[in-house]
Amino acid sequence: MNLLTIIGEAFQALRVNRLRTGLTMLGMIIGVAAVVLMLSIGQGAQIQINNTIASMGSHLLLVLPGATSSGGLRFGSGTVKTLTAGDAQAIAELPSVEAAAPVVSGIAQLNYGANNWSTTITGTTPDYFSVGNWLIESGSIFSEADLRSATRVAVLGKVTAENLFGNEDPTGKTFRIANKPFLVVGVLAAKGQSLSGRDQDDNVLIPLTTAQRQILGNQFPGSIGHMLVQGKSADMMEEAEMEITRLLRQRHRISDRMENDFTVRNLTAIAAVASTTAKVMAWMLGAIASISLLVGGIGIMNIMLVSVTERTREIGIRMAIGASHRAILTQFLLEALMICILGGLTGAVLGIGSAWMISQIVDMPVVITLSMIGLAFAFVAIIGIFFGFYPANKAASLKPVEALRYE
Amino acid sequence: MSDKDLTQNQPLIRVENLCKAYQLEGHANQPICHQVLFDINLEIHSGEFIAIMGQSGSGKSTLMNILGCLDTPTSGNYWLAGRNVAYLSNDELAHVRNHSIGFVFQGFNLLKRMTALDNVATPLLYAGMNRKESRKHALTLLQQTGLGQFTLHYPNQLSGGQQQRVAISRALVNQPQLILADEPTGNLDSQTSHEIMTLFKQLNENQGISIILVTHEDDIASYANRLIRLKDGRIIQDKNKCTR
Ligand SMILES: Nc1ncnc2c1ncn2[C@@H]1O[C@H](COP(=O)(O)OP(=O)(O)OP(=O)(O)O)[C@@H](O)[C@H]1O
Ligand SMILES: [Mg+2]
Repeated sequence: MNLLTIIGEAFQALRVNRLRTGLTMLGMIIGVAAVVLMLSIGQGAQIQINNTIASMGSHLLLVLPGATSSGGLRFGSGTVKTLTAGDAQAIAELPSVEAAAPVVSGIAQLNYGANNWSTTITGTTPDYFSVGNWLIESGSIFSEADLRSATRVAVLGKVTAENLFGNEDPTGKTFRIANKPFLVVGVLAAKGQSLSGRDQDDNVLIPLTTAQRQILGNQFPGSIGHMLVQGKSADMMEEAEMEITRLLRQRHRISDRMENDFTVRNLTAIAAVASTTAKVMAWMLGAIASISLLVGGIGIMNIMLVSVTERTREIGIRMAIGASHRAILTQFLLEALMICILGGLTGAVLGIGSAWMISQIVDMPVVITLSMIGLAFAFVAIIGIFFGFYPANKAASLKPVEALRYE
Repeated sequence: MSDKDLTQNQPLIRVENLCKAYQLEGHANQPICHQVLFDINLEIHSGEFIAIMGQSGSGKSTLMNILGCLDTPTSGNYWLAGRNVAYLSNDELAHVRNHSIGFVFQGFNLLKRMTALDNVATPLLYAGMNRKESRKHALTLLQQTGLGQFTLHYPNQLSGGQQQRVAISRALVNQPQLILADEPTGNLDSQTSHEIMTLFKQLNENQGISIILVTHEDDIASYANRLIRLKDGRIIQDKNKCTR
């Protein structure tokens, strides 16, 4: 019997038991839909995280003041103000370092006309924009000259600009930070959330000197909150970390037996961990969803076994009129496979549909790749063959007389 | 295949010392051996029309199943068209059942979910023909058997006699050398029985198809040319008679 005819026969057999076929198929539909949905959500989340990481700037080191421990007394990093703008300048000179941006920050009240808004004020140097991979949407960033003369100029984050100025273009306008007038020189392009979930676009950037002297009162004059350092390249990160440590120990006159009074963290490494975690999560979601596929497969096997028992007599008749072992095997195997493939198709459509719907509702990137669908299909086919084979082989191995005598 | 070109002197069927026993589960896991056929020796030539008779339980169906390659003997040899079936693989046996033998059962044994036409066409599909071609052949055959207007009926929409005609058409569709009919008229009234028997007689006389028929009724057996009587698994009578 040729394959096309067997497919026809299998289709016929499935059509006779429509309800049963449909219910069995439902197991496959739900399984495949779940796998496709979970993989696409997982990969979407992964892409979101990778975008965030890319927007963060590449090969970054974070230098925080404060020791992790000091003479038996432990402090959290950042608790003591030990870093200065001078440290940042010195670090920027290191061979493995591209640039270093000192940062001070604090919360302040902003006013423009009747609008007011409270947000983070970041005092830094022009290098900060390139190190942090910030793009300007309109206007420009502040200059080295602004830094030297502590000018009252500000670059606004997208969210801050919208909240303070509404639809107006803020560039060239004057607003107040803690009641002191500042000129807006530029607005940053939006970045979205940071890895920790903070809105990076709600901020105001002003020259470091202006912040230190005029906005954020400071108990240690000249000290900075932290420092963002950009390494020369990805494989020079460890070297940079070592050079920074050596330089700072020297500058801070720390004797050999004393611990560091600062902490260097590799942000890029942390981001890589986050990215890997997201990837693992994506696959784990898929793996959990594929359990439902497995359950669906067992459902198929169950129904096929029932079907073989029910149709024992039919099998006997077919053998009596010349069906070979292979013809019977193929027929039952194809029935199982067809349930799988039809269910898989419907499930894939359903999964893609719901993934798309979710992406519309919660505004989250959802990724649907062909390879993902291919994977789900391969899985489904393997399940069909694996769980269909035993019942099919059972049918094909029946003895003709016994099958014919079966009541 | 050498199935169909028989040498003149070679019998279609030769059975030697054929025995069949069933293993039954007895008390205390002691298997009981229940022997159903004892030392059957038989030679049947191409073109014969044979009736097998005997009491219920005498082993007629068991013998028919073995002759039809649906069952295997416990001991003894069976040559079909010169080939010892004991040495045939499962696929070769399926091929023999498909090409050389046509079955007709008491209970018709049609495939319930198929139309009469597709029932008749199915053996051709197993022989490798495509569906369209096989339906064309099946239609011709059904028309010859007088069922031209019932081709699209399902078995449960046909009378017993009509179902048996469909079953006979199905048995004939691959032009077998041998038809095995186990009580083909057992479920039919006498009028229909005689119609069916006339059909068999024509097939035997006009197309030279060998027919082996099991029956309990003398007037059905009288259509045959040779009568074999079984009793308790043994052949007690084997005689040729003149056609009436
Ligand atoms: N599968 C089986 N297992 C055990 N014993 C069996 C089996 N099939 C048949 N028998 C036994 O074999 C014997 C012959 O059975 P068979 O069906 O050949 O009789 P029969 O001559 O066709 O009878 P009937 O005229 O009633 O159809 C019976 O005694 C029966 O009990
Ligand atoms: Mg019988």
